[in-house]
Amino acid sequence: MIIGIVVVAAVLIVFWIIGLYNGLVKMRNAVKNAWAQIDVQLKRRHDLIPNLVEVVKDYMAYEQETLAKVIQARSAAISATGTTDIAAAEGQLTGALKSLFAVMEAYPDLKANQNVQSLQEELTSTENKIAFARQYFNDSVMRINNACEVFPSSIIAGMTGFKQEAFYEITAEDKEPVKVKLR
Amino acid sequence: MNSPCPTCGYQNRAGTLRCGLCGKPFIESTVEPVLAVATTSSRRVEGEDEPLPVRRDYAAEIAGNRWKSAVLLAICMALLLLMGLSIGGMYHYPRIGLVLGVTLGLILTIWAYFGGSKAVLSLSGAHDADPVQDRQIINLVDEMRIAAGLPMPRVMVIETEAANAFATGRDPEHAAVAVTRGLTKLLNREELQGVVAHEMSHVRNFDTRYMMLVAAIVGAIIILADTMMHGWWWGGIGGGRRSSRDGDRGGNAIFAILGVVLVILAPIFASLLQMAISRKREFLADASAVELTRNPLGLASALDKIDRNLDKEPLPGASKATQHLYIANPLRSFGMRSSALMSTHPPMEARIKLLRAMG
Repeated sequence: MIIGIVVVAAVLIVFWIIGLYNGLVKMRNAVKNAWAQIDVQLKRRHDLIPNLVEVVKDYMAYEQETLAKVIQARSAAISATGTTDIAAAEGQLTGALKSLFAVMEAYPDLKANQNVQSLQEELTSTENKIAFARQYFNDSVMRINNACEVFPSSIIAGMTGFKQEAFYEITAEDKEPVKVKLR
Repeated sequence: MNSPCPTCGYQNRAGTLRCGLCGKPFIESTVEPVLAVATTSSRRVEGEDEPLPVRRDYAAEIAGNRWKSAVLLAICMALLLLMGLSIGGMYHYPRIGLVLGVTLGLILTIWAYFGGSKAVLSLSGAHDADPVQDRQIINLVDEMRIAAGLPMPRVMVIETEAANAFATGRDPEHAAVAVTRGLTKLLNREELQGVVAHEMSHVRNFDTRYMMLVAAIVGAIIILADTMMHGWWWGGIGGGRRSSRDGDRGGNAIFAILGVVLVILAPIFASLLQMAISRKREFLADASAVELTRNPLGLASALDKIDRNLDKEPLPGASKATQHLYIANPLRSFGMRSSALMSTHPPMEARIKLLRAMG
């Protein structure tokens, strides 16, 4: 009788440990997936920008500088390699786009254009998606960090080589306020 | 126009007779309101006369509501077990009734699990969102599913002026989110995002599955109570057809008394539990929505607008069976305060107040 209970308990504990290990595996894969998702959204933004520039440049004769900055930032972002460089380049692009949106506020006929409106919705949505993809990445990192630190799973993580991951930090350019020169 | 509650300080609409949050009547109290100490803080907002409630954190809300709904579910299951035991104690062949009840519950659950969503969607007249016309709502759902790390659900629109939304689906791979045309006209982008986040959170938290489980247990409890009641007409209270041995008489009497109590109280108690669980899952969905958007005020503002609009237009396809799926109870009667205990949704003011406290 007692031996039976001990055996059942041991089996349950083994299943529980396996469950913890599997959880760690899934969390680490979620982190990798989340990182890849950010890239998907960044690329989407790259693809949308040429369209936007085409549509607005006829209306915004005096804003060539702002438009040029956007085009340059986009090329830089596409050709950047290495995590820090990519992050910096994308940050520059975000800043350039923010300036462009701010300047577009001064052109009422531009804002009334149907094409521009749907493009703006797409770009707003893309910026949001980039932000949410980063948020999901950070949430996944938090989950695996928790699992690596919390008591029972910390032992398993230590034994099987799971490490804590780094959060996605915003670059300095992203944090700067937008500088706009209006006519 | 606001009437602050004298007990908890919550801002009610003018003309309310009872506070929407603490339930106390609007009579000036001469006793020091002890509640005010726990529910108010020194946080103030420019232009607001009353201090805001203590700052809440969405992660704590999520954990708290998960725990509370789990406890209530455990009570439900315990009640079901108790009913089964009582039947076992009362008769000498209890198994037939038990097996019948549980099998029925299982069949209903499986049917609802696989076919339920389609039925609900066709009942409400929802059609797939148009990729061009309804671009914004598709984008909003896409944004929220990225924040949640889920596959893209089916996005649908219901052509009605009533403002409401719902989500169905047994798991994130088979989910559908529907909003009404009235909702897209009523709310701005930020508010719509909050509503979509709330609905996707129902999918994330497997709420359809959860509530189906609860409904199946409650259904089984009701069937068992019915079985026990009918058993008395056949066999009389306290025994089956086979005569009990002397030693059994005492045992049968206890189970008989328990049986009477359970037959009367269990169905009512089970329904109350079901409604309580539904309300906790709604609060959980609100907190999970904040986890997705990190913007509690957007959802708070949306709920406020929806609440003011709720009595203006009836929602086609809404019935008692589907009311719990919507973000705001579509069956709330004009002007009447529905009984708080039998409501699938928590009072709107409480939800808004809680969201503002998170912001």
